[in-house]
Amino acid sequence: MAKSKFEPTGAIELEARNLSVLYDSTPAVKSISIRIPDRRVVAFIGPSGCGKSTLLRCFNRMNDLVPGARVEGEALFQGTNLYGPEVDPVDVRRRIGMVFQKPNPFPKSIYDNVAFGPRINGFNGNMDELVEQSLRKAALWDEVKDRLNASALALSGGQQQRLCIARALAVEPEVLLMDEPASALDPIATQKIEDLIYQLKQDYTVVIVTHNMQQAARVSDYTAFLYMGELVEYGETNRLFTNPVEERTEAYITGRFG
Amino acid sequence: MRHFEEGLNELKSTLVGMAGLAEEQVRKAVRALVERSLDLAQEVVDGDDAIDELEVQVDEMAIRLLALQQPMARDLRFITMAMKIGNDLERVGDHAENIADAVQYMISAAPFPVLPEVEEMVRMATDMLTDALDAFVRGDAAMAREVLKRDDRVDELHDNNFRILLTHMMEDPRKITAGMDLLLVSGNLERIADLATNVSEDVVYLVEGRSIKHHAESGGPGKAHGS
Repeated sequence: MAKSKFEPTGAIELEARNLSVLYDSTPAVKSISIRIPDRRVVAFIGPSGCGKSTLLRCFNRMNDLVPGARVEGEALFQGTNLYGPEVDPVDVRRRIGMVFQKPNPFPKSIYDNVAFGPRINGFNGNMDELVEQSLRKAALWDEVKDRLNASALALSGGQQQRLCIARALAVEPEVLLMDEPASALDPIATQKIEDLIYQLKQDYTVVIVTHNMQQAARVSDYTAFLYMGELVEYGETNRLFTNPVEERTEAYITGRFG
Repeated sequence: MRHFEEGLNELKSTLVGMAGLAEEQVRKAVRALVERSLDLAQEVVDGDDAIDELEVQVDEMAIRLLALQQPMARDLRFITMAMKIGNDLERVGDHAENIADAVQYMISAAPFPVLPEVEEMVRMATDMLTDALDAFVRGDAAMAREVLKRDDRVDELHDNNFRILLTHMMEDPRKITAGMDLLLVSGNLERIADLATNVSEDVVYLVEGRSIKHHAESGGPGKAHGS
């Protein structure tokens, strides 16, 4: 547990309460409590295997899909336990979208990629409008508006990642979880994703896992440092990167770890 | 040792060398005053270029580390404070040169006794500078805070000097040249003490990560830089 308990101000969108995740019997996340405020960007940082991706995946029940994974404690979304018996994981994943490290567009047209989610959710409004709106929010519209029927696989890696963000936004989620969304991209594509994250927080709560500390520093309002399944320190990004409280945080962010 | 730490150590040792030089310039200028030595005063004037050059080197090293290493936390505070302290030390060197200039004029004017207040100022300002730089080298915030407390006394001495010298000059217009020069010396010493204060505040920020500038400390908990 973090010695310096940090309480963000404002409405809380996501919260973990004594949340633990075990893979078979090996704990990956150890009784973490953290509050994520509404329409802010929170970054999870830490070395490989620290539990940051596992913690992220709890918030849209992606760990349900991992054989042998067991979740203890609570993960709350707007005050409701996501692991409660009445909760439908499919509905959770609609309201809490996810973007992965590697862009994973469907082998379909650009248009169909974005329209896919709304279609299976029975969306019966103006689909053209929704597709355009989602692509605009993902800062991709201008680059693809003349070739919406082209294959998504013909796009560059950075464009594919923004398409995946557009696809996630099309089902009108409230939260976006991003697991290393820019680690497979070049610096220009990375910058576009980072600018996009900055804009998205006007409408969405964003939680991003990243290995890149400079990226966490650039895009997030709050940063959580995890180590060996524990939340070591959580606080305002500016403060955490200029003057961390915990020695382990200082050691990690200055590259003097272990 | 990591490449980055080598860079940090190089920056620190350059700054320490610069600090030693700046201190020496101040002490030498003061000795020129007390001993009425034109040679010493000239040495001070000639010695300022070396400090200026080191300031440029400190800036270049710091900018290179910022650009290439993206430092965080204490490293980031160290590098940014090194740039500020380098700048302050360069100013200390300039004040030493100003004192040496004033001494050169004074020697050509009618002899004028160095006031005990000026001597006390010399002692206090040079000690403050030495201690501030020691605090920086050791990363000692308590020592830096101790330096801050002495600045008021130096200001007070400068105010006294102003009154005393003004009285002398009004009584005897022949003392005006030397009196004005001594006032200049006093003013430069007062500024050196201020710069030692700045360095001390930067040391506290470096160690603790919070700013105590502009009496942030007396008005409650200091505010972190940039927040």
